Amino acid sequence: MAALDLITPAGGGTWRFPENEPLRLDSGAVLEGLEIGYQTYGQLNADKSNAILICHALTGDQFVASPHPTTGKPGWWLRMIGPGKPLDPQKHFIICSNVIGGCMGSTGPASINPATGKAYGLSFPVITIADMVRAQAMLVKALGIETLFAVIGGSMGGMQAQQWAVDHPERLFSAVILASASRHSAQNIAFHEVGRQAIMADPDWRGGAYAEHGVQPGKGLAVARMAAHITYLSEPALQRKFGRELKRDGLSWGFDADFQVESYLRHQGASFVDRFDANSYLYITRATDYFDIAAAHGGVLAKAFTGARNVRFCVLSFTSDWLYPTAESRHLVRALTAAGAKAAFVEIESDKGHDAFLLDEPVMDSALAGFLSSAERDRGLA
Amino acid sequence: MTFIREDFREILRLVRPGSRVLDVGCGEGALLDLLAHEKQIDGRGLELSASGVAACMARGLSVVQGDADLDLDHFPDRSFDYAVLSQTLQATRNPRHVLNELLRIAERAIVSFPNFGHWRVRWSLLSRGRMPETKALPLPWWSTPNIHLCTLADFMALTEDLNLRVDACAAFAGKGPARPIDPTKAVENWRAESCLFMLSRNGGPAVREPSPGSGDLFDG
Repeated sequence: MAALDLITPAGGGTWRFPENEPLRLDSGAVLEGLEIGYQTYGQLNADKSNAILICHALTGDQFVASPHPTTGKPGWWLRMIGPGKPLDPQKHFIICSNVIGGCMGSTGPASINPATGKAYGLSFPVITIADMVRAQAMLVKALGIETLFAVIGGSMGGMQAQQWAVDHPERLFSAVILASASRHSAQNIAFHEVGRQAIMADPDWRGGAYAEHGVQPGKGLAVARMAAHITYLSEPALQRKFGRELKRDGLSWGFDADFQVESYLRHQGASFVDRFDANSYLYITRATDYFDIAAAHGGVLAKAFTGARNVRFCVLSFTSDWLYPTAESRHLVRALTAAGAKAAFVEIESDKGHDAFLLDEPVMDSALAGFLSSAERDRGLA
Repeated sequence: MTFIREDFREILRLVRPGSRVLDVGCGEGALLDLLAHEKQIDGRGLELSASGVAACMARGLSVVQGDADLDLDHFPDRSFDYAVLSQTLQATRNPRHVLNELLRIAERAIVSFPNFGHWRVRWSLLSRGRMPETKALPLPWWSTPNIHLCTLADFMALTEDLNLRVDACAAFAGKGPARPIDPTKAVENWRAESCLFMLSRNGGPAVREPSPGSGDLFDG
């Protein structure tokens, strides 16, 4: 797997907010001494115009193109990043940071609260997508970048990309929003609530203070992941992959994982627990539930984007994505159009469900590559 | 030089350099590409087919997947200098609304369509008693996307009804070059296989009438 490290020069680490710069959150709370874990690929050019920020999805992290430190798995978007690929470290300076509230190096509920010397747990303030973007904006500035060439994200990453366009349009040349939405629907919130309840119902959750007791609400977190994972796929994709195939000959006449799909989900749940913090899952799902761009602009989505008229947008959705269905992307695109922004949008035919944006979708690749190369021409990078 | 459709050539001639152009039903973006290269326009497109939009995006064009009948409503007033509707009007569900919208969104509309009054069409219907299948209208009635065919004279009547001004008009026949015509002359309704109009609204573009169904995209 050594070849996976070859995206060079890679950099990153942990960036600590300056002493006198706390992060003021939407909730009114203030976080001091915030840290952000991040990775970079490629080099910033002389006029600092080639920086691309990738925003990760709900349970993603900054290891977008390098092996995951815990699981050793390849970077989660390696198929999009590399020489000759749409995101090319030979041309672009690519940044990906762990969201605040996360558990891969950025300050989150598992971090030590300097005031108490103990893990925050539930005393960690509730965060929003806008808070995540606020922290990213500080990091980007600290890296010496005035204007990002692009901000790119799928799913929750797409929410951050939208928030960037709303809050920092002048610091953004283009934005790519994949399989996302401008607000969480009742169904989205409902699924997240199932996940949170599963975690909180685990006796080892201990009111969020499990770290103090040296335990992990692993069972609850695994169930949360299993339920969520179903929403990332599609019925045809599940059927194609597993059908009613059994794990071994015959039924067990009990509640073992008889079906391949059960075994697959159990594996997804179990391996998730190894790399993710249960409280982080609560906080980050909450942030997406609270997400509603129009709400902060008098309920008028187009108004949110009036400042982003000069930002080039690329919005992509997938036919079989029932978590963030095309109607949500279309709604966003109509608002962008109404705001007078330059937007490109297409719904891509795929049966892979919500996760399609992470998978092999040649139409997505060529659309994204075309969008970025024309933006490069306009930006004078090409 | 690669082959350029005659109607594209005419549009290329009409459009001012550096202007803002919306191509409605832009297909794979050939016209937008041409206008961008030859006239340095700031172009946007609207296209129904996913494959067309994907091809446009791969070319780096700002194209949105959408439907002329539904999505024009979301564009702000006077956001373009030209709105182009090339050989698409006859395939819309509500051509009158679409035409009105084009001239709300843009200062000028450039509209081309096959003329159902062309002598070949008339002759085909008269002699065979069947729906015409001609070079300009090649598909049988049951598979054609053209649901609102009109003649040049019909179109002129609609422009009068909508109080539109004809700034330019050209006729096409076969692969020949565009021929400037006076669309009020009855003979042109026989001769033009398809025609192209540049229109503006008497008294300037209209502003939006409050439309139902725009959801939370606009005030009011």
